[in-house]
Amino acid sequence: QQIQENLNKQLLDNLVRFLSRSHSDFQEKTTKWTCKMKFREIPTAALVLGVNVTDHDLTFRGLSDVLQDNITPYVALLEAKDCPGIKNLMQKLMGQLMNCDIEVDSMEDEDCVQVSQNRIRCSMPSLISWYESVTKKTDPETPSKKRNSSSRHWQSPPVVVVFKDMESFTTKVLQDFIVISSQHIHELPLVLVFGIATSPMIIHRLLPHSVSSLLCIELFQSISCKEHLSTIIDKLLLTSQFPFKLGEKVLQVLTNIFLYHDFSVQNFVKGFQLCIVEHFYSQPLSVLCCHLVDVKKRVYSLSHDQCENIRRLPSFRRYVEKQESGKQIELLTNDSFLKEETEKLLEDLHAYHENYVSILRCLHVFTSSLPKYPLGKQIRELHCACLENRVWETEEYESSLQLARMLNKTDLVTMLQQCVEILMSSSGKEFDKTVEKVKEFLTQFQNLEAEASQERDVSVSSQKELQKKTDLYHLQKTLLELKESRRSKKLTKFEMLRFEVVDYIDRLVRKYLVPADNRTLHEIVYFNAATVLRGHLNAAPRTALHTALNNPHWYLKNQDLKCDGGGISNKAPDICIVYKLHLECGRLINLVDWLEAFSTVVMAAEEPNADAASSDQVDDIIHARFIRAVSELELLGFIKPSKQKTDHVARLTWGGC
Amino acid sequence: MPNLEHPAYPAADLLHLESLVPCRESQVSTLLSIFGERQQFSFPSIFIYGHTSSGKTYVMQTLLTTLQLPHVFVNCVEYFTSRLLLEEILIQLQSCSGTEQTSVHCDTLNDFVRLFKQALASQELQDQTLYIVLDRAEQLREMEANILPAFLRLQELTDRNVTVVLLSEIVWELFRPSSGCFEPFTMYFPDYSIGHLQKILSQNHPPEYSADFYSAYINILLGVFYMVCRDLKELRHLAALNFAKYCEPVVRGEANERDTRKLWKNIEPHLKKAMQTVYLREISSSQWERLQHDGGEPGQLKGLSAHTHVELPYYSKFLLIAAYLASYNPVRTDKRFFLKHHGKIRKTNFMKKHEKTSNHLLGPKPFPLDRLLAILYSIVDNRVAPTANIFSQITSLVTLQLLSMVGQNDQLDGPRYKCTVSLDFIRAIAR
Repeated sequence: QQIQENLNKQLLDNLVRFLSRSHSDFQEKTTKWTCKMKFREIPTAALVLGVNVTDHDLTFRGLSDVLQDNITPYVALLEAKDCPGIKNLMQKLMGQLMNCDIEVDSMEDEDCVQVSQNRIRCSMPSLISWYESVTKKTDPETPSKKRNSSSRHWQSPPVVVVFKDMESFTTKVLQDFIVISSQHIHELPLVLVFGIATSPMIIHRLLPHSVSSLLCIELFQSISCKEHLSTIIDKLLLTSQFPFKLGEKVLQVLTNIFLYHDFSVQNFVKGFQLCIVEHFYSQPLSVLCCHLVDVKKRVYSLSHDQCENIRRLPSFRRYVEKQESGKQIELLTNDSFLKEETEKLLEDLHAYHENYVSILRCLHVFTSSLPKYPLGKQIRELHCACLENRVWETEEYESSLQLARMLNKTDLVTMLQQCVEILMSSSGKEFDKTVEKVKEFLTQFQNLEAEASQERDVSVSSQKELQKKTDLYHLQKTLLELKESRRSKKLTKFEMLRFEVVDYIDRLVRKYLVPADNRTLHEIVYFNAATVLRGHLNAAPRTALHTALNNPHWYLKNQDLKCDGGGISNKAPDICIVYKLHLECGRLINLVDWLEAFSTVVMAAEEPNADAASSDQVDDIIHARFIRAVSELELLGFIKPSKQKTDHVARLTWGGC
Repeated sequence: MPNLEHPAYPAADLLHLESLVPCRESQVSTLLSIFGERQQFSFPSIFIYGHTSSGKTYVMQTLLTTLQLPHVFVNCVEYFTSRLLLEEILIQLQSCSGTEQTSVHCDTLNDFVRLFKQALASQELQDQTLYIVLDRAEQLREMEANILPAFLRLQELTDRNVTVVLLSEIVWELFRPSSGCFEPFTMYFPDYSIGHLQKILSQNHPPEYSADFYSAYINILLGVFYMVCRDLKELRHLAALNFAKYCEPVVRGEANERDTRKLWKNIEPHLKKAMQTVYLREISSSQWERLQHDGGEPGQLKGLSAHTHVELPYYSKFLLIAAYLASYNPVRTDKRFFLKHHGKIRKTNFMKKHEKTSNHLLGPKPFPLDRLLAILYSIVDNRVAPTANIFSQITSLVTLQLLSMVGQNDQLDGPRYKCTVSLDFIRAIAR
């Protein structure tokens, strides 16, 4: 489906845009450094990227693209696994640098020949001579053809060497490389970039002081992956632009994998893509999951079968039951009427999404600043809660409202202002009234402020009066009066307004944050098959292997293999029998006993005729089958030959200890 | 009165040389007497050693260039294989004799000797001693076994007038191959004393300030830094970085150049701060300069070691904690710590105390994968499915060097790991 491809593309675009933004400040710094290279320090950027190693690849690719576009054509990316020694490192470096040179001026064939000659001697002087030749060569060319490129790169662009995974490099290689390049820093403007996954302390651990004193390290922290995730969720899920939505459980699974396991944004995006594929593949009505503009066309091109599908949707059935009887018949029999109705419903759904998102954001503004975060700190948690069921029925919602009733005025006012901004920016038409209402609240607050100041004046004056009076009785009386008036007034004016605001928010929430399950036709755009997704993403090799061996029917789909309870069927493959038998044993397994048991199981079927032969001597064929099955188990890593006893094998899995 | 006297070289050159190499006069005069006159055969190989930045390389280079002796200067770290090294020597030889460049291919020492003879024969250097200086000669030990002995007796092998000078930071005893070789003439460069450092550092004062002013500054600088650092290069670097700050009162007109006490008060806390940050490379020198420019507090700029916190996924944290427990607790205590119904704890207080200290001193012990998973299951509250994600997290921890794998040979049978992080790190994670 083309929509899905579009989606993926947009998704990646988003990511790249995001990354480039996070690195923009970094580039500014690089330009600054290269200007002031004194002594023998190599300008170095230490890029702390967090532990999500799988994302780094994309980050570095984006970084090198940006660098190549803006600063220098000479960027080399080095990985630890390619550079076990200093020699390999130099080779790799030269190869990458010279290749990128060929890309820059590809028309010159002689250059390529030179490069291939040079590759024989991979050392710094050859690199320097290459660099000189390249920079000289581009100089005379600039007036003729490369005007725009020369304006972007300056006279002697720095050579950027990126070490992708600093942790995995061996100490010696890095030390040597730094020492060597520091000697040539004047001839070759080198900039190093270290990609660090853990903490910058690793630099001190890897490099001794004599080497690290040659570096001029500046630290850059990329934003944490959690923030990264929330922006992605923000952009993908909490907009009305993408028609595809995730159900609550699915989102829960994806975020759990992210938080508990790998912190990898890329994996999250892949999981999201998988959801899209799965949705379009399994849901026949997913054709209707598209932008609002296309809906009309698609609805009218629906076939009769598809209409039947719509009728079969549970949410639609619920909808039909609520209608009057005449309309019910129309809906169930007349295809064209159904189509019109469907279109209307889909438009409703779209409008619902728009309203939903903006109200959700408003609610988030309120809840995110409450102490202890009863509804979650992040907007995705709130989103999940709202999707799950009616949010106003939960205890957390109650408690957060309670807390909201105790907010002080300045907070409340700033929140309301934020809400106004959010509501104004959303495209929904119904919000005009809401905005007006909220603004009204704001003005009321301002009025209140004015009143409060007046009140203060009053109280000040009364205090002055108080000072005049020296009579004890009068003093007591006025004090009491003051106290009472203060309490009652404050309670009435400000707190009344506060209650009103909170109630209004509550009403908004009840109106707009209805869980999507209650909407008609939600099946079209929501993907809710969490179990399927979990099965796909959470691979469990041990469990899978256990099921395969313990219950071969599960995978082989052979009716004969269907076993009943704990018994061991002799029709199962040999390896299954052997596996089941070995489960009953302890740490060490006696091979002879095992063979005995195996042969009994196998012979169980042919009992009557093979009675005499099997009594004392095991059949050769069975022996061979047994040996084969055992060696298969060894290959799978369940057992290994033991050195303690010669005719025993050791179990390696559960129960081993 | 010139200290250096040698009949073969003009007195003016020697005087110039002496001004260039302060505090190293005695070494230079020894070297000169060994070198003899230009055409005289000298000692076949000389070994010079001394601590970091005691001027070995610098003295050799200035000596050879000012007296215009034919020489080849090669850094052994840079030319990391024997082939590169030999080829580099030949290329430099060609360039110093002025013949046109031809591509050199030299794979073995035999080739080298042949090509070396050719190169010498083709030029007019034949009646002069050629010096080959090998800087950081300790790298030679890691090359092929025949390289070092061959360089030591290159004069004999090539039958030409050549002297090989080896520069290193370690003593000759660590070089000597087991099979025996020609013993070079060894020579020691002692460390610079504080007086020497003062003299050398004050020598290159900026032109806009007087020499006295600068040497007073150097005096203060050495007073602060001499305790921690005697590296000349590092000191020079620090001097250049902080000089601008020192001059500040003078530029503003608050103090004149003679007002040393006032200047000292101004600079001293600043230098102390520098010692904590720049010297350790916590913040880079360019950041330091920017900071000085803005006059801000270094407190806002966090150093490298300030960012020790590592964000880890939920289960990775538990895995790491489990690994730490498995590494530092003996196996027999597992049952006591991680089982719910473990029976009575016997009174082994004294034993336990004794164990704990020794365990942390002994370092982490390897543990099998099963034990790690068992501890993980017991310390995580809810059930953990043994999915592929958990296993891949273990390997990713290994690539992050938080765990390390022990005994690579049997990965299938039961890999064993070691936890390589410190207690502080675990404490930070466990919070």
